[in-house]
Amino acid sequence: MTADGLGDIWVVAEQRDGHTKAASYALIGKARKLADESQSRVAAVCLSQGVEDAGQLAAFGADKVYLLDGPAPDRWNDDVYVKELVDLARRDKPGVILATSGSVASSVIPRLAVALDTGVAANCISLDYDAQNRMLVQTRPAFGGSLMANVVFPDKRPQIATVRPHAFKKGEPNSSRQGEMIRVDFDRRSVTAKTKLLNVVKDLTEKVRLDEAEIVVCGGRGLGKAENFGIVAELAEVLGAALGTSRPPVDDGWIPYAHQVGQTGKTVSPKLYIACGVAGAPQHLAGMQTSEIIVAINEDPKAPIFEVATYGMVGDLFKIVPLLTKKLREARG
Amino acid sequence: MEYFLSEQQKTLKGLARQIAEQRILPVRAELDEREEFPWDLIKEMASSDLLRVFIPEEYDGLGGGCFDLCLVVEELSRVCGGIAISYAANALGVLPLILYGNDAQKSKYLPAVASGSRLAAFAVTEATAGSDASAIRTSARRDGDHYVLNGTKQFITNGGEAEIYTVVVMTDAAKGSRGASALVVEKGTPGFTFGKKEKKMGIRSSATRELVFRDCRVPVGNLISREGMGFIVAMRTLDRSRPGVGAQALGIAQGALEAAAEYAQQRVQFGHPISTIQAVQHMLANMATELEAARALVYATARTIDAGAKSFTEESAMAKLFASDMAMRVTTDAVQILAGAGYMRDYPVEKMMRDAKITQIYEGTNQVIRNAIALEVLKRKAKQG
Amino acid sequence: MNVIVCIKQVPAKIKIEIDPKTGTLASGGVDRAINPPDLYALEEGIRIKERTKGKVTVLTIGPAKADESLREAIGYGADEAILLSDPAFEGSDTWATSHVLAKAIKKSGQFDLVLCGKQSIDGETGQVGPMLAEALGVPFVSLVNKIEELGQISIKVMRMSDEGHQLIEMMLPGVINVVKEINVPRIPSLRGLMVAKKAKVPVWNAQELGIDPAVVGSAGSPTRVVEVFFPQRPGKSEMLQGDPESQVDQLVEKLRQTKAI
Repeated sequence: MTADGLGDIWVVAEQRDGHTKAASYALIGKARKLADESQSRVAAVCLSQGVEDAGQLAAFGADKVYLLDGPAPDRWNDDVYVKELVDLARRDKPGVILATSGSVASSVIPRLAVALDTGVAANCISLDYDAQNRMLVQTRPAFGGSLMANVVFPDKRPQIATVRPHAFKKGEPNSSRQGEMIRVDFDRRSVTAKTKLLNVVKDLTEKVRLDEAEIVVCGGRGLGKAENFGIVAELAEVLGAALGTSRPPVDDGWIPYAHQVGQTGKTVSPKLYIACGVAGAPQHLAGMQTSEIIVAINEDPKAPIFEVATYGMVGDLFKIVPLLTKKLREARG
Repeated sequence: MEYFLSEQQKTLKGLARQIAEQRILPVRAELDEREEFPWDLIKEMASSDLLRVFIPEEYDGLGGGCFDLCLVVEELSRVCGGIAISYAANALGVLPLILYGNDAQKSKYLPAVASGSRLAAFAVTEATAGSDASAIRTSARRDGDHYVLNGTKQFITNGGEAEIYTVVVMTDAAKGSRGASALVVEKGTPGFTFGKKEKKMGIRSSATRELVFRDCRVPVGNLISREGMGFIVAMRTLDRSRPGVGAQALGIAQGALEAAAEYAQQRVQFGHPISTIQAVQHMLANMATELEAARALVYATARTIDAGAKSFTEESAMAKLFASDMAMRVTTDAVQILAGAGYMRDYPVEKMMRDAKITQIYEGTNQVIRNAIALEVLKRKAKQG
Repeated sequence: MNVIVCIKQVPAKIKIEIDPKTGTLASGGVDRAINPPDLYALEEGIRIKERTKGKVTVLTIGPAKADESLREAIGYGADEAILLSDPAFEGSDTWATSHVLAKAIKKSGQFDLVLCGKQSIDGETGQVGPMLAEALGVPFVSLVNKIEELGQISIKVMRMSDEGHQLIEMMLPGVINVVKEINVPRIPSLRGLMVAKKAKVPVWNAQELGIDPAVVGSAGSPTRVVEVFFPQRPGKSEMLQGDPESQVDQLVEKLRQTKAI
């Protein structure tokens, strides 16, 4: 542990097609705030060097940007990423390491933690600085979001946390901010890779990915039949939202399982979640109740979904949803 | 009511329920709609050893009794009567062999049924012989070391899908009811074909067909017990299988009661769930009470059979009679409670009502069953008097 | 192939209560079941055993009652099960959990593949699989939705990625965690359940595993939960009244104000 409150705060910044993801920028912004509170510094860590907007990372709050010489994201290799991060962390000793929850974080971060003999607080939705004890307080949901837990690292360092994609908002860049660019070369031969990427299949058909979408529009049993999903899909299209469903329509074959939100489907935490004809069974709430704003449309005033909704509308979804779509389309121009 | 089932029975019931809820529930409406025989589900049940329950241990079975079979059938019926009956008719089909078959026959047929690789069916009914079973005309003429069968069986459950048929035929018409015999006939035997699949009111996923025998030669070794024992075999078989029909009725009614109670709590009219209306509550109370009474009768009958009772014709008939009449009333009331929605095929209760009807008809219509019970009552009265 | 499947016992229902006195989970007396995602790992393990004529061993960390879940796993088709139980393990975080599992796996002997479910329905971290791999010093692949090839020294698996899928070859021994899409779990068989009732399930404690209690449990884990609370939803729902036109207008106005759209 360094003399600074939290020590250096590292953010693993992920790229897609050379550009850093919005969630990573949001996390750097949050790290910047924590660093300011605790008199620490922020470093962005990029797992490979083909980052076209490295300068932006500094603009969003990084004091340093590490550009590691790892394989490009589409040539993914866990073993290499883990070794790179472990070596770097052992060398430069960060106090905190943050990453966005997702398929990279799911394998690399936990292994990094064990190698550094520390733990991980996973899927956090908020981070706070406890000035008195000079430690990070991580808040994470459990039991499908029915419960929140505050987690701390009493002794072990670094403190490592993965953060939900929409937990923080991407702020505004400050183009006058400069950061130190550090290229880190890496001897690949030092890794005995026990896994090898043989092939990449880019077959994701959804236009907007459910678990990364800012807005999700969800249909439920109240739609009545398969064809009526069109009503909900139109609303989703106008909002640029991902299309979701509760479980009953999937069981009845109205819409594929890939769209299912809930305990046995995907967990989402978007900025806006609109539930149309969804009753709100606990298993469904488990997959979406940490959404920032929840809008519920249902004809049954006693539907449990209204207990978690920010805005509720009791009424006929077949009237309300098309009207909403129309109004939003007109506003779009 | 707590029936204090043994650990084994709880395991059996739990497994049957798991299969019913996880595998049967998602497809029951579709199978009913398409009138498709549930082969995939039969395979699943076989993998879970459910088809071993009613086969004796010496023949790769688990040696379960009547009560064990009732527990399974009830759980399956709670989710779908059509699939349950395909299972139960299979058990009925091998029962004559289990009760009266010789070792060679049992070794040949029972392990295949236990493993689910072959299904069975039982055939008595003909166009001219329903309640009047002694009026059967399918003949079996002895010719060397074969019987030659001619005639047609009607409304046979699992007909066409099963490979093993236990059939009651006339070997000596002159002897009247003492001239009937029971034989095993295998699918594929030359001269044995099937009629068209019947289009039914309910249990539509179950296959019902005519069995057509035209100079069908069956080896003498396929005779079950002795010539002339046909109706005894049939009656003793039905005495043991009727509680199973009762169990089907229990299950169907249970499913209907649960659906009605759930709906009543969700359906809001006049500002309140209809479950707060006394008229509805009384209907539910009547349904639940009758169901529990029927269950007590079916279970007691099954247990008395398993405990070794010497005679149980009357009790067995009563269990089937009471439970099936109850199921018809309960499912009808369930549709009534769901009202308009209950009439729609999107909701499960209309199917349950259609499925329940058959339990009042097969394995003895409830009218002929009443005749049988009355005879027993009068016999007793005659003895006392 | 010698396959190990790690399972967790979780509450059967997800509605939970907080003990107002201690501020922590009141989990006593709640019905427990095998974590549903683990059933997919178990099914895959059993399929691998059937294909390779191998063996499946199931492990879990829990109180004595967790024995039930292990027997259930044997009922599905696992060959053996071991319960890792010690008061010192209670309150372990994912690091401590994987530490205990790793020790147990090493003690159990030679293994080819460890399978875990994607995550538990209560903790929902998905971390035990990768941490376990690191603790064992073996490779790890996450989010596996199909096992394409089983070899003697390596396996080929399809995993889900941000863009679709990736085909990965992993050397054995190794650890994978699997997603629901990988299979449809079977229903147990009666004979399996009867065998399970009679099976011997050994229990290993901290001492037998050579684990220092100070590094596990709520006292020793690297992370500690200091507080649990029910999430605050921003006030009660605001119900938008009026006819559909009016409701829609109100909603659009509110969403604009909060910059949701």
